Amino acid sequence: MENQKKQYQQKYEEKYKKYKPSPPLIKNALWAFFVGGIICIIGQFVQNIFIEQGMTIKEAGGPTAVVMVFISAFLTGIGVYDEIGQRAGAGSIVPITGFANSIVAPAMEFKREGYVFGIGAKMFVIAGPVLVYGMVTAFIIGLIYWLRI
Amino acid sequence: MKNQGQSLFFNSQPQITSTANIVGPFEGIGQLTGYFDYIMKDSLEGHTSWEKCESYMLEWSIRKAIDKASYQLSDIDFVMAGDLLNQLTSTHFAVRNLNIPFLGLYGACSTLVEGMLLASALIDGRFASNMIAAVSSHHDTAERQYRFPTEQGVQRPPISQWTVTGAGALLISANNSNSSKPKVVAGTVGKIVDMGIKDTNAMGPAMAPAAADTLIAHFSNLNIQPRYYDMIYTGDLGKVGKLLLIELLKESGYNLSTNYEDCGCMIYTNDQDTHSGASGCASSAVVFSGYIYQQLMQKNLRRVLLVGTGSLHSPTSYQQKESIPSIAHAVAIEA
Repeated sequence: MENQKKQYQQKYEEKYKKYKPSPPLIKNALWAFFVGGIICIIGQFVQNIFIEQGMTIKEAGGPTAVVMVFISAFLTGIGVYDEIGQRAGAGSIVPITGFANSIVAPAMEFKREGYVFGIGAKMFVIAGPVLVYGMVTAFIIGLIYWLRI
Repeated sequence: MKNQGQSLFFNSQPQITSTANIVGPFEGIGQLTGYFDYIMKDSLEGHTSWEKCESYMLEWSIRKAIDKASYQLSDIDFVMAGDLLNQLTSTHFAVRNLNIPFLGLYGACSTLVEGMLLASALIDGRFASNMIAAVSSHHDTAERQYRFPTEQGVQRPPISQWTVTGAGALLISANNSNSSKPKVVAGTVGKIVDMGIKDTNAMGPAMAPAAADTLIAHFSNLNIQPRYYDMIYTGDLGKVGKLLLIELLKESGYNLSTNYEDCGCMIYTNDQDTHSGASGCASSAVVFSGYIYQQLMQKNLRRVLLVGTGSLHSPTSYQQKESIPSIAHAVAIEA
């Protein structure tokens, strides 16, 4: 009985795969490449401005990130960033602007549930795991670095 | 009323006295523009949250259906309604102001047909003479409960479907032999079928086997072929689920290729880029209460089989890696 059910399910899975539309890989990759690239060019442009003001490259990193996060939060707020994301995929998710989007989007969405249990609690539903595993990874790499010395 | 297996025959043939529907602006510019009673100007229509807007749509459609038949709220014996949200949020707040006895239903996107079956059964058993069956769904409330925040920049896969913003209500009454309204003559209650699909973007393909199971039971219990009906409509299988259903029925010896369409493929145009079509309770509701009902009234269609399809997963179940249990109910309407 159980075996027969598995067989049916497997046969159906094959059928489903036959009809399942595959994402347009080349088109998506080109979009991701160009949008991701444009975001990085804007970031570089902003960084150069800060360097021209007399900062070192290291010092310019912080304010550059702040500007990029602001731009992304602004675009999320006026409902543009999700449109970019629908086309660009990883191109707009991977840069720091994507991270900002993933915090602002739930913050906007859950504002109606109040400032504490809405915005406060739900702001990190998507970015939270990134922070947790980012810190865990940083700790492990730090440990490796420390043991090496 | 009598039954043959899981199929029911409504001897008194309850009639669908009136219907009403309301949709969001995105649905309003789709293929069925002329078949909606009201198209909202945005996804909030002046309300402070999407949930409140969904409740408003449901209440509006129920009141409109009653109004169209020139009935009063007090003429209605029971309301049967449902939606997609946890604890039937939209429905309960919509029915709160109506002061009509109410039974809440959850069958995901099959809820409308579930309501039609139960309403017809109650009328056929003479427990009621006027019933409302109504459902609603809202793209943004569904996105935020089942998927991501709406402003999140994620890429939707091509298999995904777009939840319809809208609501539809039907007023089903005891048969009045003088009227030429469409009649509910039979129906088939579905079983839960789970073919192991786990991708919640692929709800159409997950539900297609449930629709096939119900259709095969319906045809064999009534001893008819698909061509008995002028048209067979499923609720929201979408482009891929539709192809799968045709193939599954072909394997069982039934030909669906000439008189079958999916409501989920009828709402949006290709330019609207919804990928695999529409989904949600309102998918079958706005198409049936608008386009199909008018075709029945004008006798362009005389025999219609409407199959509501529902995927019964929850946000918790898919996070726990469960597959999608699906259901389909069928109801036969004759003009």
